[in-house]
Amino acid sequence: MLEIKGLKVKLEEEDKEILKGVDLNIAPGMVHAIMGPNGSGKSTLSYVLSGRDGYVVTDGSATLDGVDLLSMAPEERAAAGLFLAFQYPVEIPGVGNMTFLRTAVNAQRKARGQDELSAGDFLKVVREKAKSLKIDAEMLKRPVNVGFSGGEKKRNEILQMAMLEPKMCILDETDSGLDVDAMKLVAEGVNALRSEGRSFLVITHYQRLLDHIKPDVVHIMADGRIIKTGGPELALEVENNGYADILTEVA
Amino acid sequence: MALAKLKQDTTAARLADVTLPTGAAWANAARADALARVRAMGLPTRRDEYWKFTDPTSLTAVDAPAAALFDTDEAPLFDAVDRVKIVFVDGILDAAASDDLTVEGVVIERLADVMAADIHWARDIYGVLETCGQKPVERALAALNTAMATDGVVIHATAKAAKPINLIYLHSDPASDVVLHNLVKVDAGAEVTLLETGPAAARFSKCLEVDVAEGGAFHHVRVQGRDHERRAVTHCFARISAQSTFKSFTLTFNGVLTRNECVIDIVGDDATAHVAGACVGDGHDFHHDDTVFVTHDALRGESRQVFKKVLRNGAVGVFQGKILVKQGAQKTDGYQISQSLLLDDDSQFLAKPELEIYADDVACSHGSTTGAIDETALYYLRSRGVPADQARNLLTLAFLAESLEEIADPALANDLRDRLESWLARHR
Repeated sequence: MLEIKGLKVKLEEEDKEILKGVDLNIAPGMVHAIMGPNGSGKSTLSYVLSGRDGYVVTDGSATLDGVDLLSMAPEERAAAGLFLAFQYPVEIPGVGNMTFLRTAVNAQRKARGQDELSAGDFLKVVREKAKSLKIDAEMLKRPVNVGFSGGEKKRNEILQMAMLEPKMCILDETDSGLDVDAMKLVAEGVNALRSEGRSFLVITHYQRLLDHIKPDVVHIMADGRIIKTGGPELALEVENNGYADILTEVA
Repeated sequence: MALAKLKQDTTAARLADVTLPTGAAWANAARADALARVRAMGLPTRRDEYWKFTDPTSLTAVDAPAAALFDTDEAPLFDAVDRVKIVFVDGILDAAASDDLTVEGVVIERLADVMAADIHWARDIYGVLETCGQKPVERALAALNTAMATDGVVIHATAKAAKPINLIYLHSDPASDVVLHNLVKVDAGAEVTLLETGPAAARFSKCLEVDVAEGGAFHHVRVQGRDHERRAVTHCFARISAQSTFKSFTLTFNGVLTRNECVIDIVGDDATAHVAGACVGDGHDFHHDDTVFVTHDALRGESRQVFKKVLRNGAVGVFQGKILVKQGAQKTDGYQISQSLLLDDDSQFLAKPELEIYADDVACSHGSTTGAIDETALYYLRSRGVPADQARNLLTLAFLAESLEEIADPALANDLRDRLESWLARHR
């Protein structure tokens, strides 16, 4: 599904290398988690994959089902099936949440050569999916993320994911700013989307999200590289001992 | 005090060939008075402080610069709205093209007829509100309009008008130089909506005087037409009584030069006055100026000024807005915001927000911002699959949304939103 080879990335505005050769291979239906200390390059990886400005790829490749992601515009990557749930979802005053969702869904359908959804059909689907995430009609009417609580913003991200039905989902610190109940709700939303054809990359600082979204593979990232890969037990090791042991061990 | 040489010359040249139209005695007096005031004030020049950001030369020139006619295949605005259409072609009312003027709740007359009538309520408003609006800032072009105007409509709302009145200003002669003057009187508890659409002329001078009695409501939605080369100077003078409502919204597309002045006097307690505008301009010859003056002279008045401009390819936007709160106008709630979205580095927004307050228990705020498209929001939209152009348009419309919300009727607002969308789709 997602294949990253020797990916090296530096900042556009200063000569600082953030990713120093990342290799990652996620098979269809698998859930991978990336953990790592602050500044290890986890979020940068998610931005570079989704096409945010400000980064320069100096070496390596990233493909989604064999298609080169890095040469595509962000909207093309989305249409190809990539989705990033933002760590800090963006507020867009003046754009209604519903308008935003419908514009996005129909833009992707158009890019894939499908017919646009009618307003009625769209409404039906969105209401059903919103309900399971406890997103009420009021939240759908309000401008995108404006005045939303931290939990509402993250649930809104998962709603977008559910509506867009991507095949590769990247969750960037989706647990940050969430209380236990909100985290459970978000995790349930994610788990409901798990399927054979859909893969996940879950970026997190803490093991607790992984109690709810069970990963198949856990990677530890430090200083722009994946330094260790293992099963779910690796996350527990981090939870119990911190990163220090692993960093020393690898060094 | 003698006028400056430039002002003197400009005024003398402009007035040299002006002969006042004649009508009833009161009308002749109003026109003569207006002309005398123009002579005393002198026409504006670019040295005037009030015209610092907008060059009035082409508005005061003897001959109007020609403006090519603009072909459009768009359906007329507000086509789906049940309304009374009054059509002006190059400033002359075209009765054959207009609807029957009988509407429940309002009396509509033609200015030409009213100015010939010996007895008419119009004498208490025509040029009267305009004269009041000349202090503390002179608006000589409005006085010139009062002196010269022969056509327009005179609307008297006696109850809730059954439908909106749409003045449609068509432009058919590339050299047309048009002066129109409209009056609106809203009786106590009455309500009327005035729609104005169309480019009107190569050069258009329009004055609107509105008197709203206690508990009355006046709604105004205007779209200034898309002719690229047209010039317009418009004035609105409103007097708002107790518990009354005044709401005006203007959408401007294209045009070389547009100066819209709106002068509102809140003279009765608990009155509401909102004036808003959105403009979209493309190209270095686009110049749009909103100049607003709201005076609070009563208790608990609420006023809002909301102006948004989208500018690209060297377009220039100007906002001069003032809230004056007089002594004793306690509990005034005044708000003013002017914002521009500059889509490139060549475009310019010039703002002069002012507050002048002589009462000590008021809430007044004003703000002005200039910015580009929010790159983070753009990335967010694109990451959800929305193509860059479409995402930019969505954000541009979102920027304008606050001003469109000032339109009370959602059907009218939707019509304008659609127009904006198609304008943006054409200007990429």
